[in-house]
Amino acid sequence: MAEIDTGGGGGKKGGGHVRSKKASTRVDMTPMVDLGFLLITFFILATTLSKPSSMTLNVPDKTKELETEPIKASNVMTIFLGKNDKIHYIFGKAATEDPEVVTVGYGYELRKAIQDNARKVPGDKFVVVIKPTKEATYRNTVDALDEMAITKTKRYALVDELMPDEKKLLKDKVNLEL
Amino acid sequence: MDMTAMCDVAFLLLTFFILTAQFRSQEAAAVDPPTSISGIKVPDKDIMTIALDKEGKVYFGIDNQNNRIAMLDNIAAAKGLSFNDKEKKAFALMASFGVPIAQLKSFLSLDNEQRMKVKQPGIPVDSTGAANENELKDWVFNARKANPQLRIAVKGDSYSKFPNFKNVLSTLQAQNINKFNLITGTEAPPAGWTND
Repeated sequence: MAEIDTGGGGGKKGGGHVRSKKASTRVDMTPMVDLGFLLITFFILATTLSKPSSMTLNVPDKTKELETEPIKASNVMTIFLGKNDKIHYIFGKAATEDPEVVTVGYGYELRKAIQDNARKVPGDKFVVVIKPTKEATYRNTVDALDEMAITKTKRYALVDELMPDEKKLLKDKVNLEL
Repeated sequence: MDMTAMCDVAFLLLTFFILTAQFRSQEAAAVDPPTSISGIKVPDKDIMTIALDKEGKVYFGIDNQNNRIAMLDNIAAAKGLSFNDKEKKAFALMASFGVPIAQLKSFLSLDNEQRMKVKQPGIPVDSTGAANENELKDWVFNARKANPQLRIAVKGDSYSKFPNFKNVLSTLQAQNINKFNLITGTEAPPAGWTND
């Protein structure tokens, strides 16, 4: 940085008298730096930097009875959000038809299961039904919904009520008491 | 030592923080939301937040202080209660709260420090969403009466149980609110994932 030469200008001169010393123009910055960092610390601690994001959730209108065509069980993958962050899913069969219950974890395992099953269904007929049980946490629900976004599953539903058949199925096959 | 450069840096950072920062509001509940890959930002204004903490207690809050007072007036009229100016002012300053309407008056008459110490029991909800003792539906209804533009955000704790979330969900559905936002943290999508 440019500095003003504030030196005495060559020291003593031959004449014998001493020039009056000029005051230095340099300011001690230390207190100002202290203050600056103090304020930075305050702002870091008192504020939130990243704004949280949000996912939109649309639920069906309860007041209107919509006529919908029944979905074939062979196109449906029903995932039950069980306890201890485990997922039990059935695919291609209704709960009454003695389907195979597969248990997977969240994240990659679930994603792979959804993608594999989606490939078995022709066209865009693939439907995922997410059924959180009472053992599931809110995080499990959000993770499952997020997985729909990741796998780009267009048709999915969040259903919060378990059928008696399904309760029985989970009890018999994976020993999950509901 | 020459402090000029350091001073420059300090104030540059300070300016950056002042300009980008948003102050943390005083929340009644400590809620740690789960993460999602969704990149939609939560709107800045006209927002109603329903928070759900780890124990399943429900907290409610809206963003605008004037609307908070209008909402309290609506509730007071609907429930046959009255609040004085001091209580209204205290209410307007609360970002979120979780007390039943019956206890609200005594809760508001406490001074600030005492109020912070009170363990809030949460707003009563039920599984049908339309029962008389469900007070969340009254708050939602009266908040929307105070500001019809309000959008609804649900902020749940990662470890709250699903049935608690379901109660909130059915309360909203019973009010014919079928579209809302779930507030989540941000998480990076898996490698190679594109949004289309």
